Amino acid sequence: MNGSPNPPQISHKRYFFEKFGITERLLERCLGEALSAGGDYADLYFESVTATALGVDEQIVKSASQGTSAGCGVRVLSGERTGYAYTDNLSPERLLHAAKTAALIASGPAKQPVQGFTEAPNADLYPVPLGGFDLDLAARLELILRADRAARAYDNRIVQVRASYSEELRRILIAASDGAFASDTQPLCRLNVFVIAKDETGTTKGSAGGGGRAGLDQFVGSKSPEHLAQEAARGAILQLGAVAAPAGEMQVVLGPGWPGILLHEAVGHGLEADFNRKKTSAFAGLVGQPVASSKVTVVDNGTIAGRRGSLNVDDEGSPTQETVLIENGVLKGYLSDKLSARLMGIGNTGSGRRESYQAIPMPRMTNTYMLAGEDNPEDILRSVKHGLYAVNFGGGQVDITNGKFVFSASEAYLIEDGKITAPVRDATLIGNGPEALKYVSMVGNDLKLDEGIGTCGKDGQSVPVGVGMPTIKLDRMTVGGTGR
Amino acid sequence: MSEMSAGLAQNSVDLETLAAEVVAQAMKAGASDAEAVAREDDEFSVNVRMGEVETLKESGARGLGLRVFFGKRSASASTSDLTPDGIRQLVQGAVALAQVTEEDAFAGLPETDEFGALTDDLHLYYDDVYSLPGPERIEWAKRCEAAALAADPRITNSDGGSFDAATGRKVLANSRGFVGSYRTSYAGVSAAPIAADENGAMQRDGWWSSARSFALLESPEAVGKEAARRALRKLGARRVPTQQVPIVFAPEVARTLVGSIFEAASGDAIWRHASFLAGALETEIAAPGVTIVDDNMMLLANGAGGFGTSPFDGEGLPSRRTVVVEGGVLRTYLMNTYAARKLGMKSTHNASRGLAGTPGIGCGNLYLEPGTLSPEEIIGGVEKGLYVTGLMGFGTNLVTGDYSRGATGLWIEKGELTHAVEEVTVAGNLRAMFKNISAIGNDLVFRTSVASPTLRIDGMTIAGA
Repeated sequence: MNGSPNPPQISHKRYFFEKFGITERLLERCLGEALSAGGDYADLYFESVTATALGVDEQIVKSASQGTSAGCGVRVLSGERTGYAYTDNLSPERLLHAAKTAALIASGPAKQPVQGFTEAPNADLYPVPLGGFDLDLAARLELILRADRAARAYDNRIVQVRASYSEELRRILIAASDGAFASDTQPLCRLNVFVIAKDETGTTKGSAGGGGRAGLDQFVGSKSPEHLAQEAARGAILQLGAVAAPAGEMQVVLGPGWPGILLHEAVGHGLEADFNRKKTSAFAGLVGQPVASSKVTVVDNGTIAGRRGSLNVDDEGSPTQETVLIENGVLKGYLSDKLSARLMGIGNTGSGRRESYQAIPMPRMTNTYMLAGEDNPEDILRSVKHGLYAVNFGGGQVDITNGKFVFSASEAYLIEDGKITAPVRDATLIGNGPEALKYVSMVGNDLKLDEGIGTCGKDGQSVPVGVGMPTIKLDRMTVGGTGR
Repeated sequence: MSEMSAGLAQNSVDLETLAAEVVAQAMKAGASDAEAVAREDDEFSVNVRMGEVETLKESGARGLGLRVFFGKRSASASTSDLTPDGIRQLVQGAVALAQVTEEDAFAGLPETDEFGALTDDLHLYYDDVYSLPGPERIEWAKRCEAAALAADPRITNSDGGSFDAATGRKVLANSRGFVGSYRTSYAGVSAAPIAADENGAMQRDGWWSSARSFALLESPEAVGKEAARRALRKLGARRVPTQQVPIVFAPEVARTLVGSIFEAASGDAIWRHASFLAGALETEIAAPGVTIVDDNMMLLANGAGGFGTSPFDGEGLPSRRTVVVEGGVLRTYLMNTYAARKLGMKSTHNASRGLAGTPGIGCGNLYLEPGTLSPEEIIGGVEKGLYVTGLMGFGTNLVTGDYSRGATGLWIEKGELTHAVEEVTVAGNLRAMFKNISAIGNDLVFRTSVASPTLRIDGMTIAGA
C-alpha cells in the first residue's frame, strides 16, 4: 500500500461523489426527507468496502477471493427512538426511499432544518492506499508462503500449516443534519498462521496473527511472517506436553499484550454508555467510585497510528480520542456516541461504531489498555507461591448486567514457588467485572499492545479492536481447569 | 413503516437468470467450471424498551458470489453491485485471482450425477411473516416486554422486547447444469427483562419464540412471562466451591455440546487432524444411549420446515438425513465435496455456502434423539450437582477435546433445584464427557436448528470459590 499524493479528505469524499454520483445537494435532500416527519436528527452513512483474501494450505496456494459491497444507511433520531433503513442501491430514488422509511420513526411536521455541512480536518492515523483490487498480490502471497515455510521448519511434529492474509479497504462518508460531514478511507490487513502438531501423546493446535491499519511494511519484527509462524508452532508444541489446568481460586499473573482482553471484558463493555444510560450495566452509577486497585489506570484510545482499533473518525463522523475509563482505580467515565451523549448529558467520546451500512451505530471500544506501572515483571512472577501465569488467550465474553466475565487461556503455565513450571491445557478464567480489578496487586513496567487480531462482537455487530496491558498480578481469580 | 413490506423484491432482477448469466460469463472468460450464488434478503425489526419504541429498522439487500475453476485451480469473488458493470467486475476479479492460486488435486465441483434438489414442498416460506400492519408489530414487541415487566415486582428494568420478520431467497447455479432456488421466511418475538434483588444486584435473562410463519409464533405474553421466570430464578446467585459433581445441562445449553460433536466430526477438521474425533469412525465416542442425527429434510411437528431444512446443500446436492452417531458409535464424518475427496469418501451433502469464498461444512437440523426421562426425573436423580442453564465464553478446543466454560444455573441438592449459581466454570474433556452422558431427557424441542434434550454428564469439574 502506497501513500496517496492527494490530501486524504479530498480523495475520500471525491470517491463517493465520482463513483456513485453523490452530490451535496442530494445529501441535503435525503436528510430533509429523513426529517420530514419531525425527527430531531438524521444522518447518512455511505460505505464502500473492498476485501481480498489469500490462503496457503498444505503448501498449496489454495484460495484467493475478493469481495465488494456498497450501500447507505439512513438513521433518524426522535427523542430516544431510532428509525433506520438502508439500501445497497445508491441511486437518488432508493436513497430518498430509505430516508422516507427511516423518517417514519417520528410523526408530525418537520421541525428540524438541515444545517450546512462543515467538514472538520481529519487526523491522519493510517496510510491511504491507492487500493481497490490493484494490489501487488505477489508481495502478499510471499508473506503467507514465508509463514508456511517457517512453521514447517520449526519442528517436525508440525503436521499441518495454514496461513492466510486478508486486506480490506473501507471508504465511508457521513453527512448529518447537524452539519457534521466527514469522510475517511480505512485500510485494515491481517496475517494469520494456524498449525497442528502431533506426536505419540496427542494432537494440538497453535495459532498466531498480526496486522493493523498500515501497509505491508508492518509485517516485520514481532509481526513478521517468520515470527508469527514460530509463535503458532511453539504454542502447539508446548501444548503437546501440557498438564491439566488447576481448578479453583488462585493468584493469577497475566502476561503483557493480548491478555489485556481482561480489560475489554471485565470493564470495557460495562462502560459503554448505552448500557449505563439504560442502567442495565453492573457499572451503572459507579462514576467516581473505586472499581479497581489504585494501581490501575485504563484508557480507550482510538488515536494510535496504524493500530487495528484506531479510526480517524468514528462511524458518526466524530473524531476519535483518548478516553480515561479508570484512573488510579476510580471510574472516570463512559464510552459514548452521539445519542447517549445527548440523552445522558455527557461528552461524546467518538465511540459510535457500526459493523456496516446495514447496522445502527452504538458505543464501542477502540484500543483499550492499562497503563504501565512500576513493577518488574520478574518480581511479579517471583512473588507468587502457587498460581497461574497466562500469556495467551482465545476469546472472552461478559454478561454486562451481572458483571460476570470469562476469557479463555490458550497458553498458560503453573507458577510454583515463584518459578514458571509446567504448561497447562486450555482453561477458562472467570471473574466479576466491578470486583476483579480490585485484586490487582502488582502492575508491570512492560506495557504492550496486542499484535492486531481482536474482533469485538456486540448485538451481532463485529468491529476490529485492540487491547493492551503490562504484566499484572491478580491476587484472586477463578481458574476453570480440572486439576488440583 | 410497514406499508412496503417485502421491500425491494418487486423490482428485482430475476435472481436465477442473474446467477445463470454470471456462470455463462465466467465460462466465456475461460473458466473450466463455475458456480454462482445469488441472495436477496429483507428484514424488519422493532425493539421497544420500557414501553417505548427504541429502534425500528426495515430494509433489504442483495448479493452475488462466484467461484471459478481453471482445471484444479480456483478462486472466488462476491459483490453487492448487480448491475452489468458490477457483474463484469465480479467475473474479471474471480478470473484474475484464479491465476495466482495453485493446483489442488481435490478441488472441483461435485460430479454431474450427484446434483439434485428435493421437490416436495418443504414449507420454508410463509408470506404471513409481514402480514401484521406496522403498528401491530410494535404492539407485539410491547406486549412481550410488558408481560415480562408485569410478571413480578422484582422485574425492575428491561433490555427490551422485540418483533422481527425476515424473508430471503437463495439461488445456486453452476456450469454442470444445476440451477436451484428457494425462499425462506422467519418471524420472531422476544423479551429480555432484568430482575433486581433487595440489594440492587441485577440479573438479565431472556426468552424468545421464532417460527417460519407468523401464525406459528407463541403468544408474546407467554414468551414475556417465560423470560421473566428465567431472569427471576437467577436472583441471589452465588458461587459454589470447587468440586466434582454431576452436571445436568438444560436443553438450551446441551444443544451446544451436540454442535461441538458436529464440528469435531466435520470432514475439514478430520483431514487436517484438527479434531479429537479424527480416526474415530465406527468407534464408540459416546454413551450407548446417544444417537445424533442431522436431518436436512425435516418438517417440524407444526408442519413448517425445520430451521435447518433446505432442498439442496451449498453445492447443489439434494438434502438428506444422516445418522452421525448411532448408539454411541460414530457412523460418519460430515462432509462437503472437498472434504469427502480429501478423505476418499462421499459427500454427506453438508456443504454450506455464503456469498464469499469456498463452501464450508454446516449442519441442517441437528439433534440428539430424546430418551425416556423427564427433566424433573433427571434432576431428581442427582444428590448434589449443578443444573446449567447458561454457558459463557469460547473454551471448547476441538483438537484436544478440552472443555472449560463459564456457567450459570441452579444448585441441585437431594434431587431438588435450590439456589442460583454464577461465576463458576464447568470443565472436562469432550472425549470423556460424551461417554459419561448418564441420562437423556425426553424433552427434545426444535427451537433452533440444533437441538438437544436435557443431558446429565458425570465426572466434570466445577471451579468456583
